[in-house]
Amino acid sequence: LVFTEEDKYGLYSNLLFKYFLAEGVVCGHDLFVASAKEHPDHILKELPAPLLDDTYRNELGEEATAVKSEDFQDSMKIAWRYQNLPKMEASPTTSTKFGHYYNVSKTMSPELFQSVKWHSFYLHEELSLQPKMKICNMNSAYARLLQSIQRIIYQEGFDGSDPQKKQKNILRIGIQSLGSVLWGDDICSSDTPEDINSLTKFLYVLRGLLRKSLSACIITVPAHLIQNKAIMERVTNLSDMVVGLESFIGSERETNPLYKDYHGLVHVHQIPRLNSLICDVSDTKDLAFRLKRKLFTIERLHLPPDLSDTVSRASKQDLAESAKLLSSGCGAMAIGKKHLDF
Amino acid sequence: VLFAPFLQSCLLCNIMFYSLEGVNLTAAKERGQLVFLEGLKSCLDLLFGEEEEQSGQPSPLQFISESASNLKALFDFVRTSLTPAGSDSWKGPVLLVDDLSVLLSLGVTPVAVLDFIHYCRVAVCSQLKGNIVVLVHSNEDSEDEENELVVNSLCHHSDLILWAEGLATGFCKDVHGQIKIIRRVSLELTAEQDHVQIYQYKIQDKNVTFFARGLSAAVL
Repeated sequence: LVFTEEDKYGLYSNLLFKYFLAEGVVCGHDLFVASAKEHPDHILKELPAPLLDDTYRNELGEEATAVKSEDFQDSMKIAWRYQNLPKMEASPTTSTKFGHYYNVSKTMSPELFQSVKWHSFYLHEELSLQPKMKICNMNSAYARLLQSIQRIIYQEGFDGSDPQKKQKNILRIGIQSLGSVLWGDDICSSDTPEDINSLTKFLYVLRGLLRKSLSACIITVPAHLIQNKAIMERVTNLSDMVVGLESFIGSERETNPLYKDYHGLVHVHQIPRLNSLICDVSDTKDLAFRLKRKLFTIERLHLPPDLSDTVSRASKQDLAESAKLLSSGCGAMAIGKKHLDF
Repeated sequence: VLFAPFLQSCLLCNIMFYSLEGVNLTAAKERGQLVFLEGLKSCLDLLFGEEEEQSGQPSPLQFISESASNLKALFDFVRTSLTPAGSDSWKGPVLLVDDLSVLLSLGVTPVAVLDFIHYCRVAVCSQLKGNIVVLVHSNEDSEDEENELVVNSLCHHSDLILWAEGLATGFCKDVHGQIKIIRRVSLELTAEQDHVQIYQYKIQDKNVTFFARGLSAAVL
């Protein structure tokens, strides 16, 4: 269960969301897209096209299927991460590859899309179809979504309930902007929401569904709108992986020279620990992303060389402040501006 | 032993325990030593299961569908599972609860959670001479007041607290954190202070190594 905190204007989280779905298409997985904002058809039309590199794609396809067949029958998850591309590395081909690259300036061709089975859940359509219902005091939109997911899992046999099905496939579920007002939940709009536990209950049941079937899910949530921080803590405990995206648009960091090459930061709050006691913790915890014309990359954040001659004391301290943020968790460093000796 | 993993599925717990030096949970289950209450699975059965499954016994997780913060069904399940039936010779029943904080996320009030634990203590510790091990999550500057309430209350009532946290100086590859073992001797009214021991640990694929502070293998 990959939980993504949206950036303020939702631009980059949408991109991440589409990447997840596009990866599903390229790997031949089934898709389930749920949204209250945009019609899933529109979302699916805008998936980025995979970079045409046939030899890589074939290799990867084989690797990916080999990995999956070793996994256990009833419960399986895919922890999906971009590889960190350090700038120092000459060519990205030498690092271990997992997944595909995508070209964001082109949309996916319809032929590629035809081979994949997909299901959609557009809240406004669903609400108008059936009368309201209540499951266990949950928000009715969430309840409806859970019913829908459970139905698809059961019907398509992702939970192993149909032994006749020879080809096991994976269901990739994408849920956009959960928790926002459009889903009928008021945790984003008020300090003391009516049913504070709706989202957490939903996540719990969703987790149960995911554990029981061959599926993986990505959820994006406008976390910056949620007033009550306790909810975010509980949600973090309930998810396998939590990633936050912070974009620099409209914030003071946009003009900070440290961040001039990047469009935002990636905060990894939690990494999945399935099937083992420890997870693979990367060396660096400071990741930033940028959106080039064709590619969306996530890289390690490091200080650019200090080449300017007219650097005043003030701006040096500014950089120092940002450098403090870089070594996240080094409590000893965050003492105060005055004590830093550069 | 009753193991109630609320957050992970049975299979995953099996795998994790097995990798811990070959503790085999499935065999234990077959021998009748281990009872699983899989939170996730029971929840799904409750919500999506058909009518025939209700065999007259209320599901232990009924509080999810009912609005009342009533953990009685859960407690009854615990009690019936741990009470030895006839000729069973369980030496000391143990109740393991993985993640009490999840109950709060499911809409149970903190008071109900504490009551539940209290009832369990009476049943398991006093009557059946067993032990209870409970896991809770907590953050230093947590804004989750309900959770902190439960955690504080549990700390006051516990005989032994294992407090695992990250290092104060930040992230480190070789030492993943430190664990404080607090024996609440002060509860025994002998005017002694609690014994506190602090170790640091590193988690590996198959086990965890503990060492005294500053004596990690990477440093020596």
